[in-house]
Amino acid sequence: MSDIAIKAEHLSKRYVIGANRQRFHTIGEIIAHKLSGVFMTQSTPAASDATLLKALDDVSFEVKKGEAFAIVGHNGSGKSTLLKILSRVTTPSAGRAQIYGRVGSLLEVGTGFHPELTGRENVYLSGAILGMRKAEITAKFDEIVDFSGVERFLDTPVKRYSSGMYVRLAFAVAAHLEPEILIVDEVLAVGDAAFQTKCLSKMGDVAKRGQTVLLVTHNLGFISNLAERAMVLQRGQVKFVGNSSAAISAYLRSIEDNKGSCDLRGHANREPGLTPSMTSVRLTDKDGLEKQSFSVGGEWRLELEYASKSDVRLMSAGIFISSAAGLGVGSFDTFMCFPPPHRIPSSGMIRLYIPELLLCPGEYFVSVGLMLDQHHAYDLVRRAISFSVETSDLYGTGHMLSSDHGLCVFKGTAEILT
Amino acid sequence: MSAETSPNRTSISTQVAQPTVVIEAHRSWWELELYELWKYRELILTICWRDIKTRYTQSMIGVGWLLISPLFTIAVMTVIFSYWAKIPSDGVPYPLFVYSAMLPWGYFSKSLERSSTSVANESSLITKVYFPRVIIPIASNLGGLVDCVVGFVLVIAMGLWFGITPTWGILTLPLLLGLAFATALAISLWFTAIHVRYHDIAAVTGILVQVWMYASPVIYPLSMVPEQWRVVYSLNPMVGVIEGFRWALLGKASPDLLLMTISMVIVFVILAGGYLFFKKMERTFADVI
Repeated sequence: MSDIAIKAEHLSKRYVIGANRQRFHTIGEIIAHKLSGVFMTQSTPAASDATLLKALDDVSFEVKKGEAFAIVGHNGSGKSTLLKILSRVTTPSAGRAQIYGRVGSLLEVGTGFHPELTGRENVYLSGAILGMRKAEITAKFDEIVDFSGVERFLDTPVKRYSSGMYVRLAFAVAAHLEPEILIVDEVLAVGDAAFQTKCLSKMGDVAKRGQTVLLVTHNLGFISNLAERAMVLQRGQVKFVGNSSAAISAYLRSIEDNKGSCDLRGHANREPGLTPSMTSVRLTDKDGLEKQSFSVGGEWRLELEYASKSDVRLMSAGIFISSAAGLGVGSFDTFMCFPPPHRIPSSGMIRLYIPELLLCPGEYFVSVGLMLDQHHAYDLVRRAISFSVETSDLYGTGHMLSSDHGLCVFKGTAEILT
Repeated sequence: MSAETSPNRTSISTQVAQPTVVIEAHRSWWELELYELWKYRELILTICWRDIKTRYTQSMIGVGWLLISPLFTIAVMTVIFSYWAKIPSDGVPYPLFVYSAMLPWGYFSKSLERSSTSVANESSLITKVYFPRVIIPIASNLGGLVDCVVGFVLVIAMGLWFGITPTWGILTLPLLLGLAFATALAISLWFTAIHVRYHDIAAVTGILVQVWMYASPVIYPLSMVPEQWRVVYSLNPMVGVIEGFRWALLGKASPDLLLMTISMVIVFVILAGGYLFFKKMERTFADVI
């Protein structure tokens, strides 16, 4: 008996993109292409490297039986393509994968739901499409309905459901799929907070039952809670495979390519509808050297450059620090530092100093923003830059702090009274 | 994969279990994966049931339309082709004559139109979950058979009205339905696979169905086709299907066995080719859909 659930060897997926793509959707396009070929002295190269998008490039990894394995990566890193190949939705261009066990894949919530059919009918329909036998669905029907909490509307067409009810019923069906290998893509990020927690604990149960789980998510909190091992994908290639906390650090480092500065122009995490005016952010130590990793208790500085129109009356510039799992740690801005009237120049640079960074080792995100008043942002980029905190002997006692100590560091003293 | 040793890993596990699924870049064309179809038989029926169910939701008369709309078609055809154009009908009352052919023909043309767009219509499924893609055109063609069976009731009732009692030939109807299904599936497998890539095929289907009807003995009897052209004519597989239905439902003029055999061989060839073509094309469905 092998202990491997999934073994992927040199998986690659290439798409032909750009002007040269040989994909035509109407006969007219084909004819036009054939005609243009007649007048060309040499045939166009089949697909040059420039027009080939390597969605996946030589990806190899193994997932053990009963393991919860996570895949992290930015948009376009190839993680969805990988899941599609492993769930047999699409085929690889090269390489092979062996799968040992029955696979259930959830690439979407509500796969196969038909709006005209009732909730009851959709449970059977979606269940069958996800690979359940009718007898299996009948056996679990009450459990599914119970989990979803929509029993009163079972005989109503789902097109009349609220989006929350729809998602709950859809997830309930999916959650009761009991394959040996479960492939999940981001679907956890659905529903309200309470339902998300319910989904999360259900996923935890799945992992505990000894089923293999392959999970793709952006939520690093889920990964550290659920997964034992994780793989980081970057531009279709494997950057890291290993235990999940090390993978999270590797992922966060890959975000900025280990740089302590970031160009904010055209940043993907800018809040929509605002005026892009912050241009760059830079993290430095007390000597002004650009850094990405800081030690516990060391000095931390942030430089924010911005340029807005001269008639804009800005109130303040500030930051918000959050943990890798998305938990807020604290915020700090010019509003706090200066007495009224609160006014900063319409363009320039702001430097924020935190003389003692009292955060436990781990990865942190910094969001930066410019405020017009206490309620209105002028420009805001969430999770603009990340930094890591490395352990140090803060107390001078040889005790090294770790991420197990929480987020906050108390630089306190103790007295033993007898 | 056969049992193999993995010396560089662990010496204890010398036997590697057979993988459930092997995903590879290339698949040989002879891997038909027909067992997959059997494994997914419940899904075929479920999708079929969904198609039928959703076709008649929010419809007051529902299945009643299956009886009402052919009555109008028959009336129009009888007036135009029988009273006006004086097309003969081998001694059978023309309404009955035309309807017994309209049943398989209507099934065939509707199936072709419905199933050629079926895979593209299921793009949300195709890009999200695995199942043998061929299930979709199969379910789509299967669903139309229900309409056909409802039509039998009408044709038998009409027969009794005109004083024609069913003969034992009616027992072959399940077989003939099977042949009609195979014919419709054979053609639609080609069309469906092409449609995913080139949507033009939807327009082609419309034209083809029109022309094809006049190339089949729907509104006129086979006896009107000159003797020397019969064999060429029967290369059209719908000729065998329609003649079979007429014989089974009306009990007149037993079908030409040579003609039926030609039809069946042609259907089998197109079906086998269509299946292989579909299997070849389905590998890129999720990427191009």
